[in-house]
Amino acid sequence: MSTTSATPTRRPTASAWRLRDRLGLALAWFLGLLFCAICAALIIYLAIQGINYLHPAMLFENPKIGYNQSESGGFLAPLLGSLICAAIAMLVAIPAGIGVAVWLSEYARPRALARLAESTVEMLAGTPTVVLALFGLVVFRSRALAFLSQSAGGVVLGKSFFSAGLMLSLLGLPFVVTSTREGLTAIPNHVREASYALGKTKIATIRRVLLPAVRPSVIAGSSIGTGHVIGDTAIIVMLLGNTYTLQGAGGLPLLSSLRGTGLTLTSYVYDNAPTGALNHPQQAYAAAAIMILLVLVLNLVVDVFARKARRQRWN
Amino acid sequence: MELNPPPPARRLDHASRLTLVEPPPEATTIPLTAVPSVVGVPSVAGVPNVAGVPSIAGVPDAAPVRAATRLPAIDRMQIEDVSLYYGTAEIVKSVSLPIRQGEVLALIGPSGCGKTTLLRSINRLTELTKTAHMTGTITLDGIDTQQLEPTELRRRVSMVFQQPNPFPMSIFDNVAYALREQARRRPRRAILREQVEDALDRAALLDEVKDDLSRPALRLSGGQQQRLCIARALAAKPEVLLLDEPCSALDPVSSQMIEDLIDTLRQELAIVIVTHNLGQAYRVGDYVAFMYLGELVEYATAQRLFSAPVKARTREYVSGAFG
Repeated sequence: MSTTSATPTRRPTASAWRLRDRLGLALAWFLGLLFCAICAALIIYLAIQGINYLHPAMLFENPKIGYNQSESGGFLAPLLGSLICAAIAMLVAIPAGIGVAVWLSEYARPRALARLAESTVEMLAGTPTVVLALFGLVVFRSRALAFLSQSAGGVVLGKSFFSAGLMLSLLGLPFVVTSTREGLTAIPNHVREASYALGKTKIATIRRVLLPAVRPSVIAGSSIGTGHVIGDTAIIVMLLGNTYTLQGAGGLPLLSSLRGTGLTLTSYVYDNAPTGALNHPQQAYAAAAIMILLVLVLNLVVDVFARKARRQRWN
Repeated sequence: MELNPPPPARRLDHASRLTLVEPPPEATTIPLTAVPSVVGVPSVAGVPNVAGVPSIAGVPDAAPVRAATRLPAIDRMQIEDVSLYYGTAEIVKSVSLPIRQGEVLALIGPSGCGKTTLLRSINRLTELTKTAHMTGTITLDGIDTQQLEPTELRRRVSMVFQQPNPFPMSIFDNVAYALREQARRRPRRAILREQVEDALDRAALLDEVKDDLSRPALRLSGGQQQRLCIARALAAKPEVLLLDEPCSALDPVSSQMIEDLIDTLRQELAIVIVTHNLGQAYRVGDYVAFMYLGELVEYATAQRLFSAPVKARTREYVSGAFG
């Protein structure tokens, strides 16, 4: 406007940049594209293998003991196993995670306890699942928890869908907590106050205003958690028994399956991989393709709801 | 800048509008019987004598111009010698003010002068801040607000905030939330429909949204959102409405609508408004309180405070109002 202001300088062209900047930019581009390429290669490779070896019948057939790959059946049992494990884990992890997140974000008194809870969740997120599995074996072999698995000759085996599912819920929990807490933090304080100003209690505000508001964040966090739960192998191998099919325990139909041992897609892939006990790579690729598909769908859900959560803005 | 007498245009507009329509339709709905114990109290007697300010009762032009067309104001709340602290910092210094139904009290003053803190203490929202504490008393119909449950107090003394903050649910549910008991889902939607529409109507929003009350409230424009927040506050049938700079995030047209709304609501509610906009304080306020550094400097009718302020500080502050 005024004559005193400097004339705007022209935006520097790429050639005018310093060498270091240009190298940095090139490196960023290279790494970005490299990761895209790795991801694409993985998905394309699995898709091709999946298309080659995957038959619809495999989804409805149980694994069989066979000498060659065509005789070894499908993977109905591992697919069901994965779904059951994920269901148990998330049924526990979602309510517990929401509870922890609400307490951390809305109450968090006394402070020391809040800090402890916070670092516990962080530590849980960083614990290798093998360690969780090992700890789970100790816990679920205790006599008090015998009802969750089978016993043989007075010894609690500790391996069942219950044991694996409950341990997997610890794996999923941090994702639910983190995402829900982020959602709660994003709600401005005056929204809570608006509810208090209507004569509502804190509980009513949490129940009817805050929780509905963070629903997209809860769904996004739960989906990320489910992806990790489905993808875990260590806990399955050690706590689910890794049998070649679902083996019930006891009389009641549903309960017996949940108390019994079984396998999931991950342990199925692990066993059928060229280094595994069974060495049926075609089955491994087919199951891996299904798993990748599941994870892609979950990621899509995460994306949709994360965007929804971000769109919900108070000015 | 010289001190101009405020332009009388809008004031006359009020007066003429209200005298032409006789009697004002709202006048009949004033729940005089709702507060039988207070009706007999002469309202002016309750006005505290702010140090240095001549008694309002003694000033000839004490009554606002438009008051002649209104029913007498009823004393609802008294702020008596209230001081508020955050930690050890004294934010509000022994302020006394009456809040009357039928009148709008406007709190003005520079940023950080404690007017919002004072407003929030009226329905005890200050208690949400851990370090805040209060001395002095605030009464509602003669009862110390500290004796009331905060939830009951806030149902009777509701508040609308600076930022429009509808809850992330439908328009209907926003208003229905205020009507329901705590976290209950009942009464059901069909039963609440009439009350919800009535509240939206009183907030002058119904005509714009009645086609689809199930629309998410956050899709409304800023001005509509703020009127929804007012509707939400009105739904609980409060007796006092606190407005914390309700127009500062809105465009001029929306602000005008809110001001018109305040003008109609003053008959049935006691209204306290905090505003940075001096023109607005003059337009909507019957009485104006000027605060500076936590102290109540001057309290007078809008007419007098803007045209003939007694204190030098007030004169300085309001001189820019109508430049």
